[in-house]
Amino acid sequence: MDAHPYAFLALFAAIAVAFPVILLSVAQLWFRFFQPAKPSADKGAAYECGVTPTGDSWIQFKAHYYLYAILFLIFDVELLFLLPFAVAFTGLSAGALATMLVFIFLLAEGLVWAWHRGHLEWK
Amino acid sequence: MSDFFFQLHPVIQGLIKGLAVIAVIFPIAGICSMAERKVSAWIQGRPGPNRAIPFWFAWVPVLGPFLQRLGIFHVMADGGKMLFKEDSLPGHVNKFYFILAPIVAMMPALTTVTAVPFGAYFDPAGRTIPLGLAPVDVGLLAVFAVSSLGVYSLILAGWASNSKYPFLGGVRASAQLISYELSLTLSVIPVFLWINAPGTEGTMSLARAVEFQSQPGFLGGTWFIFLMPVSALVFLISLFAETNRLPFDMAEGEADLVGGFHTEYGAFKWGLFFVAEYSHMLIGSGIFTLLFLGGWNPLPWLSLGQFAALLHVAHLPLAVGVLSIVIFLGKVLAMIFFFMWVRWTVPRFRYDQVMKLGWQKLLPLAIANLLFYAIAIAVIQK
Repeated sequence: MDAHPYAFLALFAAIAVAFPVILLSVAQLWFRFFQPAKPSADKGAAYECGVTPTGDSWIQFKAHYYLYAILFLIFDVELLFLLPFAVAFTGLSAGALATMLVFIFLLAEGLVWAWHRGHLEWK
Repeated sequence: MSDFFFQLHPVIQGLIKGLAVIAVIFPIAGICSMAERKVSAWIQGRPGPNRAIPFWFAWVPVLGPFLQRLGIFHVMADGGKMLFKEDSLPGHVNKFYFILAPIVAMMPALTTVTAVPFGAYFDPAGRTIPLGLAPVDVGLLAVFAVSSLGVYSLILAGWASNSKYPFLGGVRASAQLISYELSLTLSVIPVFLWINAPGTEGTMSLARAVEFQSQPGFLGGTWFIFLMPVSALVFLISLFAETNRLPFDMAEGEADLVGGFHTEYGAFKWGLFFVAEYSHMLIGSGIFTLLFLGGWNPLPWLSLGQFAALLHVAHLPLAVGVLSIVIFLGKVLAMIFFFMWVRWTVPRFRYDQVMKLGWQKLLPLAIANLLFYAIAIAVIQK
């Protein structure tokens, strides 16, 4: 009778996906039969504060966003190792604790490096 | 009644619980939107929404005008409008991802609810049994893992809109979310260093965090906000950034990006983003309450058990359960009021200030905080 706790999480994810899908399709049916769409050129245009859209919508944006994403990836993977450390913390020997401190030091050192190189400055 | 429920197939039980959560989250999000308008009006010294009332309700003598002035009917009018207005699909969007994005936004918002315990009762043996949908052992980890999927909805919405402002809004918001996620995770590690004391099983469970704040004695009854103020501060600031609330309103940024990532959305698809944002706020406030504000304990140094004994209801599981849920929800709603208060008090940051605060202030602070507590706890326990 006792289901696996994660099975419930999965079931809930399915509900969370099914719920908006069902509502959106019901809304679509409603629009099809009772409220037919009245498209127009203006309504379908990209919104740019009410003026006619100019140029391509594929604008250039800063490559700097990617730098943040790469930094995030590094730190996030390292963080993942800190969580089991927190859980097993008190059972650890002094040596393991020192190792973990070195690991956190490496994490901090990466941050200092990125800072020093100016990657954290939004230019 | 409860026996009948537990005899059902687990999948059907899950479906019922799921519908119950949806039935709770949607009205709360609606009421929060109304509260937001009323609180903003209150802070700015104007009456706020006080007009809408259905004609048949206007005849009710005292209650009608009261609810009208409270703006309750504006919520219903907004909801009705959201459902029935034309759901236009602009010609320039990438249709599949455009429709997928709000669905992806709802997924983490509703799924994370399962891992958050919202109350507790005592069984006859005196043990505390937390009330929650899924008793997941990794509690907080599950919440973090699922809620970080929320960033996909922003970037999908921004990209699929195929328009300038939504695209910029989506890119900005996703960079902001990932930046503050680091500080958010780092700030809770000291709490779990403290909880996983010798002689206990290692855990990431949120219910255990509350249990630790409801022990007898001075240190045992201390809420973690007093014990680890820096952690609480970093967590709170990151929470504002993660939920895209002002002063970190980069995703929407009305002043420079019109509506940000959801500029091209309307009707019910926009409503899904909106509900997702409010349920993120609810869950974030809930986690902050559980970790730092003592969860369902009414006051610091006064645990739920002592409080129930004061009221002579400690032997009634149902009464204790309802009491704990009321206390917990009260704290969560107070947190949401705080969110609104900050929104209407503090001006927005610029984007470079957001990135600077996240990477150059909060992240080093969180690492230093973690080091401090790791060493301090190790020294205390050796």
